[in-house]
Amino acid sequence: MKTIKNIIYTLVAVLVLASCGNTSSKKKDSKSGALSGNAAEKVYVAPGEHDEYYAFVSGGFSGQLAVYGLPSARLFKVIPVFSVDAEKAYGFNEETKPMLNTSYGFVPWDDSHHPDISQTNGELDGRWVFINGNNTPRIARISLSTFETEEIIEVPNSAGNHSSSFVTENTEYVVAGTRFSVPIPQKDMPISEYKSNFKGALSFISVDQETGHMGIKFQLIMPGFDYDLSHPGRGKSHGWFFFTTYNTEEANSLLEVNASQNDKDYIAAVNWKKIEEYVNNGGGKKMPAKYAHNVYSDETHTATSTMMNEVLVVDPTEVPGAVYFLPTPKSPHGCDVDPSGEYIVGNGKLSADLTVHSFTRMQEAIEGKKFAGEAYGIPILNYEDVVAGVVKQPGLGPLHTEFDDKGNAYTTFFISSEVVKWKLGTWEVIDRKPTYYSVGHLMIPGGNSRKPTGKYLVAMNKITKDRYLPTGPELTQSAQLYDISGDKMELLSDFPTVGEPHYAAGCPADLIKDRSAKIFKLDENKHKYAATSESEAKVVREGNVVHIYMTMIRSHFAPDNIEGVQVGDKVYFHVTNLEQDFDVPHGISMIGANTSELLIMPGQTETFVWEPKQEGVWPFYCTDFCSALHQEMQGYVRVSAKGSSVPISYTLDGDPTDAE
Amino acid sequence: MAIFAIYSCSSDSSSNSENVEVERVESTPAEETTAEVDPMQDKGIGPISSVELGEIDETMAAEGKETFKTLCSACHKIEKRFVGPALLGVTERRTPEWIMNMIMNPEEMVEKNKLAKDLLAEYLSPMANQNVSEEDARKILEYFRSEDNKQ
Repeated sequence: MKTIKNIIYTLVAVLVLASCGNTSSKKKDSKSGALSGNAAEKVYVAPGEHDEYYAFVSGGFSGQLAVYGLPSARLFKVIPVFSVDAEKAYGFNEETKPMLNTSYGFVPWDDSHHPDISQTNGELDGRWVFINGNNTPRIARISLSTFETEEIIEVPNSAGNHSSSFVTENTEYVVAGTRFSVPIPQKDMPISEYKSNFKGALSFISVDQETGHMGIKFQLIMPGFDYDLSHPGRGKSHGWFFFTTYNTEEANSLLEVNASQNDKDYIAAVNWKKIEEYVNNGGGKKMPAKYAHNVYSDETHTATSTMMNEVLVVDPTEVPGAVYFLPTPKSPHGCDVDPSGEYIVGNGKLSADLTVHSFTRMQEAIEGKKFAGEAYGIPILNYEDVVAGVVKQPGLGPLHTEFDDKGNAYTTFFISSEVVKWKLGTWEVIDRKPTYYSVGHLMIPGGNSRKPTGKYLVAMNKITKDRYLPTGPELTQSAQLYDISGDKMELLSDFPTVGEPHYAAGCPADLIKDRSAKIFKLDENKHKYAATSESEAKVVREGNVVHIYMTMIRSHFAPDNIEGVQVGDKVYFHVTNLEQDFDVPHGISMIGANTSELLIMPGQTETFVWEPKQEGVWPFYCTDFCSALHQEMQGYVRVSAKGSSVPISYTLDGDPTDAE
Repeated sequence: MAIFAIYSCSSDSSSNSENVEVERVESTPAEETTAEVDPMQDKGIGPISSVELGEIDETMAAEGKETFKTLCSACHKIEKRFVGPALLGVTERRTPEWIMNMIMNPEEMVEKNKLAKDLLAEYLSPMANQNVSEEDARKILEYFRSEDNKQ
């Protein structure tokens, strides 16, 4: 019988294969018959199938990070990072409020800019993604297992945290460079005395390889320029970090004119290994600085905020050989290092040409001590000694360059609204394609690593104009997907984004999807107020504070009837989701609570506060459709007058909750 | 051959997910068996095909009770009907394999196993998959045996 079955299966398999074969050959015929109409096919991911790449796209002024699939451009999740998010209770529940604490107090918003995925040996490793808060300088670390923000560290002595958050090739450091120079330490002084008094801090934040925990190892206190973008060296240039600067004029007003005077600004080349060694040997100076360090734990499901009091600062002139300036035309924005680590591209946004420096030539010039001069004690190299080549008149307003796996570079041109493909080494332009419109950054999955991929490119645009149906004065922000697998680029699709997409990081889905967490284990839940079984559900009064230890499972709360609460009480709902199955969150909200709902993952505990203002019997319910009996998932709290004699009591189905 | 193919599909449709293409061919309503299932013969559907039972191991039973408390007691009580059925006497109503398969593979059980389907019809709330390991499911079974043995 078994043999017969096997034969049958084989026959069936042959039949199925044959039919598949027919289908695909038909498809091929129709393709070759069409002229160029297969863009839709290239982005179509059939229902139930998965995308090939993850893309993490910054939310700009939304303060968040959006997760898309490529090539479909389907939006999977918006991860709250720097801004409160009622959908996920981020910044609303008691557990995550500390994540948004800063030296300025609770700051519920930021401008998120440049995500970067962690690396090992110069290749993306899928552990974490980092992103910077630009406005109130912060760096966040997001777990690519839970897709939640796990840590935020504030960056002191910094303002406009823009040349961030890029990682070195083993994630030794995530780097945060200041856009605005400021008085360090901050003090009351005339703005007109900016020049030579204001300073720019470049912060090197170390990353613990086990936990991912961040700490500011040192801040390099640089001249008062604007530090715009940065990228790490890799391969031969590992150990160096490169920062573009503008406003080397040190203007403090009408920068539009006054910061565009110099023919060349600089790329600052920082030998961080040298400074690390200096610091490890006791170099640098501790200075008072107040900044918050916020860490979320998956065990306690709770964040803690610690206020730090000092930071180690380093004067670059005290570490000879650590910092050099490479003259680069003209107000360069993107600072991009090719996969080999040899070429450093300065995207001079007011320059007609694109400048590429050579790491080898830079080192030769340093060895030969061929300096053109110095700025505030930092040696300036000769442009002619460090330049590797120039891409001649590729377009107008170059902003940012990424690389593929075939030795090509792709640069965005803001003013001429296009992406230009050119060849590393020969500097010849190979192809150009328009973007719609005014492209800022671009992203090739793996682009900022030793091993970029060569299939897709995402262009992130600043202006959308006529590309979508109008929605009042506000239009969606937009990105565009290009196929870069051939000699010529091909525009495949437009897709709207959340907030302004400043930058993105992408990687193959295989790097992440199998490591994604599915549940939190109940027996690992160390939340202070967890009830990990119904037998632990209870209600405890402490003065005018009431703690409700509640559980939830399809499809009831325990307890679901609570009495003895009084007007003026502060009622904490600590709610544990007892489910241990993937994709079964439950929500809860209470009428009149001055906060968001909770959305609680399986095995997780979250807390919201409710301050009842009126006597009565008030319902709560599950806010996330969880089962056929979701509508039945509800309960009541009886609120009596202040000083009432109604005792605290709580039941489920009339019985006090317990195991049996 | 065609006859064989159809026969094989209809008898096997529940356990061979690779045969989706073929199932479609014979998706004319399969004859629902109306014959009563003997619950003490039915092993259910899932990872457990046979369980060796020995003397009741009270250590295992005690560990099973703890797991039951965390993962199951929100819906099941031993002595009373709650969201799901009371569990007292379950080891006399069901085979050990069926019990463990129901714990470990509830979605497929309530979809395809007659006894489990009947329970869903009666209780309406489908049993949650609590991702119980085989080891823990075995201990929970021991807890049920221990409870039934006390009677």
